[in-house]
Amino acid sequence: MGSIGVLLVTPVLPYLEQELDKRYKLFRAWDYPETAQLLAQHATSIQAVVGNSGAGADAEMIEALPKLEIVSCFSVGVDKVDLEKCREKGIRVTNTPHVLTDDVADLAIGLMLTLLRRICECDRFVRSGKWKHGDYKLTTKFSGKTVGILGLGRIGQAIAKRAEGFNCSICYYSRTEKRNSKYKYYPSVVELASNCDVLVVACPLTEETHHIINREVINALGPKGFLINIGRGKHVDEPELVSALVEGRLAGAGLDVFENEPVVPEELFGLENVVIVPHIGSGTLETRTAMADLVLGNLEAHFLGKPLLTPLF
Amino acid sequence: MAEEANNCSNHLQDLPKVLVLGPPLSFQFLQPLYSHKFNFLKPHLSDFSLQHFINHHHPPSILAILCGTKFSVTADVLRLLPSLRLVLTASAGTDHIDLSDCRRCGIQVTGVGALFSEDVADMAVALLVDGMRKISEADRWLRKNNRDNTPWDLFPLGSKLSGKRVGIVGLGSIGMEVVKRLESFGCIISYNSKHKKATVSYPFYDSVVELATNCDVLVLCCALNEQTKHIINREVILALGKGGFIVNVGRGGLIDETELVKCLMEGEIGGAGFDVFENEPHVPKELFKMDNVVLSPHSAAITVESFMDVCELIGGNLEAFFSNKPLLTSVMLPK
Repeated sequence: MGSIGVLLVTPVLPYLEQELDKRYKLFRAWDYPETAQLLAQHATSIQAVVGNSGAGADAEMIEALPKLEIVSCFSVGVDKVDLEKCREKGIRVTNTPHVLTDDVADLAIGLMLTLLRRICECDRFVRSGKWKHGDYKLTTKFSGKTVGILGLGRIGQAIAKRAEGFNCSICYYSRTEKRNSKYKYYPSVVELASNCDVLVVACPLTEETHHIINREVINALGPKGFLINIGRGKHVDEPELVSALVEGRLAGAGLDVFENEPVVPEELFGLENVVIVPHIGSGTLETRTAMADLVLGNLEAHFLGKPLLTPLF
Repeated sequence: MAEEANNCSNHLQDLPKVLVLGPPLSFQFLQPLYSHKFNFLKPHLSDFSLQHFINHHHPPSILAILCGTKFSVTADVLRLLPSLRLVLTASAGTDHIDLSDCRRCGIQVTGVGALFSEDVADMAVALLVDGMRKISEADRWLRKNNRDNTPWDLFPLGSKLSGKRVGIVGLGSIGMEVVKRLESFGCIISYNSKHKKATVSYPFYDSVVELATNCDVLVLCCALNEQTKHIINREVILALGKGGFIVNVGRGGLIDETELVKCLMEGEIGGAGFDVFENEPHVPKELFKMDNVVLSPHSAAITVESFMDVCELIGGNLEAFFSNKPLLTSVMLPK
């Protein structure tokens, strides 16, 4: 297998990079100042691409790799892969579902708690010595609030289960209503936003869900409403979100993802009613290792002609 | 005008007196709601000593005290009020009140009962998730490093919370709310309490050291008293181990703070989340430089919702007391 060429498009967990290097002929995209140069030299050697939430395989790259057989994503989201082009060319695509569900759901609830209870601000308050001069102000109770979930897939359901532990009421929007669900369904995102206190984005990014959180939804969520995004930055019309936060038309936001990572809108740094973190949804050693093993397992299965572990197709 | 003023002050004289000590943070919200029903005496606004202030207000007519956790209601204070029948604290904890002396003098003591339990449990889980997943650390990091375009994969990985073994120290109202929340994260619960609880099936450990040996996380939810002072000592911390995490939403005195700071500095424990400290608002400055701790200024119950609830409860308890009806909440006094 050492002669099979694998292109790693972006830095990943060291364990994954090391294993890929051991098992295959590994090309690291960042070793080349221009992708064009990489392609010119090695295009015909590359049979597999490994990407993540930040970078994958677009139509241009797929066209440039005539021997490409499989794209194995080190993420559950595959919005950086041109799925249509892959289908067209019979290229297999795999991702890392299930193993990161718990971590992402934990973070979603963590962001809700940190945001409503102002944990980051409180921590800053104590570290700055201000506590000696007076107490921190009143915050907002989380237990018992209504949580609206956009996308009731694996991650959405895991978030719902945790929120129920806090006596929260759960409602959701999904492409289609889940008939066996005990949670209240709303047929539109605006209606969902109007009827919840905390709205969390937990669906895949597709053409349909691009900017699904727009001005209308933000206004429906309102000045007492909170937005949590653990999906993709492009789910949210970011300039609209920023102006709503700055103008007080939204109570606050907890964001793990941004439209143009690693760029974070400057205005957010000046706000105390936002919690911003650098895409750490699956960021634990346990989970990233499990994800890496899925990537490696999928590649191995493919090149041995065995059934893939977690294929999309 | 003078007559009106006279009428007002006469009216005030008729209202039952409540001596406000501290004052508790909730008093600023309580006062406007109930000042037409009770005469709140406020020594904190006076330059006089407490004794002088009380003597000025005819001590035999003072039957009730309202206090918060920052004022110690000691035997000396109780001695100043020979007619005292009720101490009302706007807190769940009662370690700032000499409960034995209250029992001796036949004084009833009431707290907030289970009113704050949800908010405090929320804080416990918030400190735990934040600490293990590095949320505050990440927010801090992003605000500091983003302008340099520091690559995000340089931010260190956190620790998974789901499925971890969590030991609850003190399975009272707050402890049970914490359990409910962490069970929904798939955590495995065990506990240590004064007595084993027949109503729950979680594994019970006789000692906190044994509990710590068998857990990844400890959450402190018990009251502070002679038996629980420094219940978290070096032996317990080392038993929890290098990857372990401690959350304290009880009282600072539950932990040997100097020892915990030392263990954090030596890397003997993974991290900690504190809402309370031994000597509030003083916080060991070594903690300010650490990324693996989350610090909160004793604000677990300080939410809009809890404060609205506590005003209603205190008002209700005062009304019940002064009309000789049963109190809405009461505290068990030690034998």
